[in-house]
Amino acid sequence: MNRTLSITRPFQVRRPRLSRLVMAAAIVFASLFFLMPIYVMLVTGLKSADNVSLSTMWQLPSPITGGAFLEAWDRLASSMRNSFIVTIPATALSCMIGSINGYLLSKWRFRFSNVVFIAIVFGMFIPFQSVLIPLIKTLQFLGLYGSLLGLILVHTIYGMAVTTLIFRNFYVNIPNELIDAGRVDGAGVLGIFRHIVLPISIPAFVVGAIFQFTGIWNDFLFGLVVTPDPRVQPVMIALNNLSSTFSVAWNVLMAGALVAALPTAILYLVLGRYFISGLTAGSVKG
Amino acid sequence: MSESTAVFKRLRLRERSIAPVALVPSVLVFGLFVYGFIAATGLVSLSNWNTAKIDLSLASNPLGSYEELLGSYRFQCDLRNTFVFTILLLIGTILLGLALAILLETAVRGRRRTVFRQLFLFPYSLSFIVTGVAWRWIFNPETGINLLINATGVNHVLAVAGIGPLQPGWLTDPQVVLPVNNALASVFPPLAAIQTQLGIPVALIPVTIASMWQLGGFAMAMFLAGLSTIPEEVREAARIDGATEAQIYRRIVLPMLRPIMVSIIIIVGASSLKIFDLIVGMSGVGPGFATDVPGLFVYDMAFGAQRYNLGAAASLVMLLLVTVVVLPYLARSLRNE
Repeated sequence: MNRTLSITRPFQVRRPRLSRLVMAAAIVFASLFFLMPIYVMLVTGLKSADNVSLSTMWQLPSPITGGAFLEAWDRLASSMRNSFIVTIPATALSCMIGSINGYLLSKWRFRFSNVVFIAIVFGMFIPFQSVLIPLIKTLQFLGLYGSLLGLILVHTIYGMAVTTLIFRNFYVNIPNELIDAGRVDGAGVLGIFRHIVLPISIPAFVVGAIFQFTGIWNDFLFGLVVTPDPRVQPVMIALNNLSSTFSVAWNVLMAGALVAALPTAILYLVLGRYFISGLTAGSVKG
Repeated sequence: MSESTAVFKRLRLRERSIAPVALVPSVLVFGLFVYGFIAATGLVSLSNWNTAKIDLSLASNPLGSYEELLGSYRFQCDLRNTFVFTILLLIGTILLGLALAILLETAVRGRRRTVFRQLFLFPYSLSFIVTGVAWRWIFNPETGINLLINATGVNHVLAVAGIGPLQPGWLTDPQVVLPVNNALASVFPPLAAIQTQLGIPVALIPVTIASMWQLGGFAMAMFLAGLSTIPEEVREAARIDGATEAQIYRRIVLPMLRPIMVSIIIIVGASSLKIFDLIVGMSGVGPGFATDVPGLFVYDMAFGAQRYNLGAAASLVMLLLVTVVVLPYLARSLRNE
């Protein structure tokens, strides 16, 4: 905004050297804390099975081998595919539904629209344990239990809460005059959405898609309960099974954790900016 | 605002009725899958459904599941753990997030700040299962952190002093420290009926550290967003009035960060009350239920032991805890609209 006052900066005393040193040390320490698990996963994953011993866990691998990654990929590839099959459509669907809901709840308010909004947002916070038993029975009734389609449905419905919130907070900030302009052209509620609102919603779609992709990819509870069959399990359930199998060595497990985390990590590294704006968009304004 | 807006307002009136109608499918489906299912879970919790075979008949003692639940040693441990874990995690995450945000704000500029911010936030994009797997290896009592402790030479000093080596069992430690049972019972005698030792389970500490690793960056990003909304002029003015940096933070910056702090408490608090994945990936129920949580209890009862009524009752206790934290916040934002 207004930075003119910074011109007075020359009068500011420079911070004493000691406190600068303390702060630099604190940043280094924090960085080590945040990098440590990644370092451990990486060096352990690059070791061969007989090189992984309890006493050398912090040491760099010598020689570096990719065997653990190959084995982890072998064991997780089909569940990675399942995760993609679930995550991509569920992300797209819940974002589309969220954008329509958010538009209606922000630009066409009616008597109980705020109550409806809060009731939807509350669904974001509930522990899903409290809906699992009827959910399973309903999916069995619909013939969707144990299928990827069932899991897509579940993530689309429960994902609606956060996408409605994200889109609604986005649309609140677009001027009402834009909607009125659409009325002049004789467009209806849904016409205005299609021709005016949707084309300018790309930023909200990016934020919503990142949020949903990460959330659904990283989901554990729904995958565990809805798809017990190992052939249709998403990757996080497969990774957890890998970790409770005694025959699997630590190097394979660590490599597997990195492989399973790769899609969301790449998304984060490429679109980190949007990730951060999603955090503030994803929290209700108090 | 303008004249035209008034005209369109009238025009919009007819169109207006379309909005609620277009929302009907979403509201119906979501209403059924959230509120309908919660009600159904409520019915299950009052029923006789105790085996694989579905049985929704009302139990002769409808609240029997809840009585069994609150009397259960395991569930008492779970409530203790979820309470201790939530408090520790909230304090840890807020302090860590605030410290990181202030550090980045004051000591790092430009591109480097972005790099550190991305690094600290990175774990937030990972799954709790990945976090759990990595930290379980780090907190393995035979290796991991304990090797680093050895490397510092502390244990040589302790050996010379005749004290045993510092070799914490971390996730395998069944101890509960700082017991408060007697204190509680002396205040309110009926509480003597609690069989579980109330205090801080040592094995929960590594779990808290792992969660702080994952959520600390989230709190940092929220605080950074809050800090960026405080105009530099405000601080500049305080500086001209002779305030020290510490005073500026205590008297001006922290009070202005309050709304952000509330958001963090709600979001982190709600996710720690329903924590499940991290516990499964990192420690399971733990020694003597030291790291067990209600989320795991529900899963084991409903989908393991097929004690559906007990699992349903426990899940509604979880829901109640989350509601107590979240609802005042949502109600307030509704009022502010």
